[in-house]
Amino acid sequence: MGFLEKIGLKKKEKLDKGVEKSREGLLDKLGRAVAGKDEIDAATLDEVEEVLIRSDVGVNTTLEIIDRIEERVAKDKYVTQSELQQMLREEIIKLLKEHRPDHPAKFEADLPNKPHVIMVVGVNGVGKTTTIGKLAHLYKKAGKKVMIGAGDTFRAAAVEQLEIWGDRAGVPLIKQKHGADPAAVAYDTVAAAQSRDSDVVMVDTAGRLHNKKSLMEELEKIKRAMGKVVEDAPHEVLLVLDASTGQNAMQQAKHFTDVVDVTGLVLAKLDGTAKGGVVIGVSNEMDVPVKYIGVGEEIEDLQIFDREDFVNALFGDSAS
Amino acid sequence: MFEDLSEKLEKAVQSVKGKSKISEVNIAETVREIRRALLDADVNYEVAKAFTTHVKEKAEGEDVLTAVNPGQQFTKIVYDELREILGGERSDIKVADVPPTVILIAGLQGSGKTTFVAKLARHLKQNNNRNPMLAAADVYRPAAIDQLKTLAEQIDVPVYSIEQKDPVRVAKETVSMAKSLALDTVIIDTAGRMHIDEEMMNEVADIKEAVDPHETLFVVDSMTGQDAVNTAKEFNERINYDGVVLTKLDGDTRGGAALSIKKVVNKPIKFVSMGEKLESLAPFYPDRMAQRILGMGDVVSLVEKAQEEYDEKKAQELQKKIKKDKFDLEDFREQLQKIQKMGDINDLVNMIPGASKAMKDQEIDEDAFKPIEAIINSMTPEERRDPDVLNGSRRKRIAKGAGVKVRDVNDLIKQFEQMKKMMKSMSKMGKMSQAMQGLKNLPFGRK
Repeated sequence: MGFLEKIGLKKKEKLDKGVEKSREGLLDKLGRAVAGKDEIDAATLDEVEEVLIRSDVGVNTTLEIIDRIEERVAKDKYVTQSELQQMLREEIIKLLKEHRPDHPAKFEADLPNKPHVIMVVGVNGVGKTTTIGKLAHLYKKAGKKVMIGAGDTFRAAAVEQLEIWGDRAGVPLIKQKHGADPAAVAYDTVAAAQSRDSDVVMVDTAGRLHNKKSLMEELEKIKRAMGKVVEDAPHEVLLVLDASTGQNAMQQAKHFTDVVDVTGLVLAKLDGTAKGGVVIGVSNEMDVPVKYIGVGEEIEDLQIFDREDFVNALFGDSAS
Repeated sequence: MFEDLSEKLEKAVQSVKGKSKISEVNIAETVREIRRALLDADVNYEVAKAFTTHVKEKAEGEDVLTAVNPGQQFTKIVYDELREILGGERSDIKVADVPPTVILIAGLQGSGKTTFVAKLARHLKQNNNRNPMLAAADVYRPAAIDQLKTLAEQIDVPVYSIEQKDPVRVAKETVSMAKSLALDTVIIDTAGRMHIDEEMMNEVADIKEAVDPHETLFVVDSMTGQDAVNTAKEFNERINYDGVVLTKLDGDTRGGAALSIKKVVNKPIKFVSMGEKLESLAPFYPDRMAQRILGMGDVVSLVEKAQEEYDEKKAQELQKKIKKDKFDLEDFREQLQKIQKMGDINDLVNMIPGASKAMKDQEIDEDAFKPIEAIINSMTPEERRDPDVLNGSRRKRIAKGAGVKVRDVNDLIKQFEQMKKMMKSMSKMGKMSQAMQGLKNLPFGRK
């Protein structure tokens, strides 16, 4: 009983066509699928699979979720629609890792290190610099002394971009000129944070595709440079993922984790129609929590990731 | 790019290949594999479904079962279908009867618009002899204008920007500015925007209306997942673009978004963008891309890329030198520099049929050439022209100068001699992959 047997290649080609549908919530769809029935049948599970695939959850993770549900359904036999919804929620939440106490997500929380060093990494264009700007603002608002480092010395005007965010957040920025050694910038930033008694220090890095070996090695070097100033730094390595990215996010997470040991995920640009479902598999497989979500271009548009909320959004409660 | 998908399709088709008799069960199995591969590759759910349904119907309708070589037949069906989705003949950028030609660029945040604008400007300037002017109409993102200006400087192209946050005005004024300066092309860089942001979508529609561009391009990240169809559709409804640009194709994304978008909006994919070097822009060829998906390689693109960098005359001289066995380290250094200018070496390797498979998980380091160049640079001109004079003490001196070990110098010279032999024995471009094989074996060439 292969997956595709379940979701497709089926005798019944119902369903209205078009992409519009993907904006619809899962609950709406499930509502339709099980209308008039009180039990879950194979067709309902097909629907679930389709919705998960359409949310970028990916074939493997979708299969895993469905298998778990099938197991539970097999035990209980008579499952109602609302029970199924509950099961789905539970299974997905189980796959999403919890925040770790040594890496608190809350901005007011006491940090285990001083300075608490955070390195931000990701492929090109996911929103690293913007994320740092928002984080700086939120940490500062929570009463922390913050410093940021312009470690993207490669992309044209990246330093200037972070500088503007630093001004907006009202936090000091350590920078060198365009083209400078990013490891040196990282070193200087952490050193400055230490001497100026900062609580949190965040270092930006240039976007890089995870399959570029030399660039990934550079990232490792940047990381080591921070450790030379403060033992065990960086204490947190945040990988920023774009919510509209599909299954490639898994490759990104694997490669970045291999090289710099990612400790948390940020899911940016979740204010569009993309559901970012791939993070379920990423969080599960990499064993890292999703810490924050980006929901817009304003400085306040960053939230602590909440598994329940995410699952609700995935299921499209009032998405349309 | 697309390697994973081609690998999977290859595997799927292989389950058909080699079997003398193919039953309907085999077809169903293969089709299912293809479908899963497509979904894994981020091809939109609907599109994957339509694709596989077609393939299945065709496979059943055509006499695959009785064909002499069912495997080949099946591959052809999948290939044809892929090519069809990827879409017809390639079409160029439209050119205005009365200059300037105005090109509008739009897309989501972080899709790579600004980099593409610079790449397109470079391409039009270098290959089409045009004189572009860029409009900095992304007035929102911090330092976006600086970014455009920095890139424009690298290619020596003017940028027009104003203090006010009025993108419509920027666009309009750039067009009149270009007219008065007799510049024949205007490329408008707009802010990234979410397709559901009503206000911002109105804005880009307003820009379009104000300047009435000859060409409107939608830029999309090739790593995009299922949502690609939503954004592509929404942008199309608002600005009715003429073509699509796929960016970041130098990653390992399976790139299913390309198939989905083409199918849903039926607009041609006009360019593919790979890497951060401003030279790494290529036209999109649907048939080549379909071939790539099926693991047939992309030799034509490679040859064209090479042609762009290689001067015909010099190439002939080089050929002569090779034939006369006069190819020396000076020439070698020059060739290395040219290869580096062609873009990311790994992208080049990927264009060679079979190479991406042979090179699996091995990457040629972009910096790999640096120590080689350093070694050659540490030689005297005499030594470069005649490596035979390189005795032990000379080699020691060179190693010291280049900051490498003597063994590295020895390796390089040995490889160079081998390469020379090989080059002599191959005369046609068709054996390019052998040359690349040689590259792979260079010291430092592999990590």
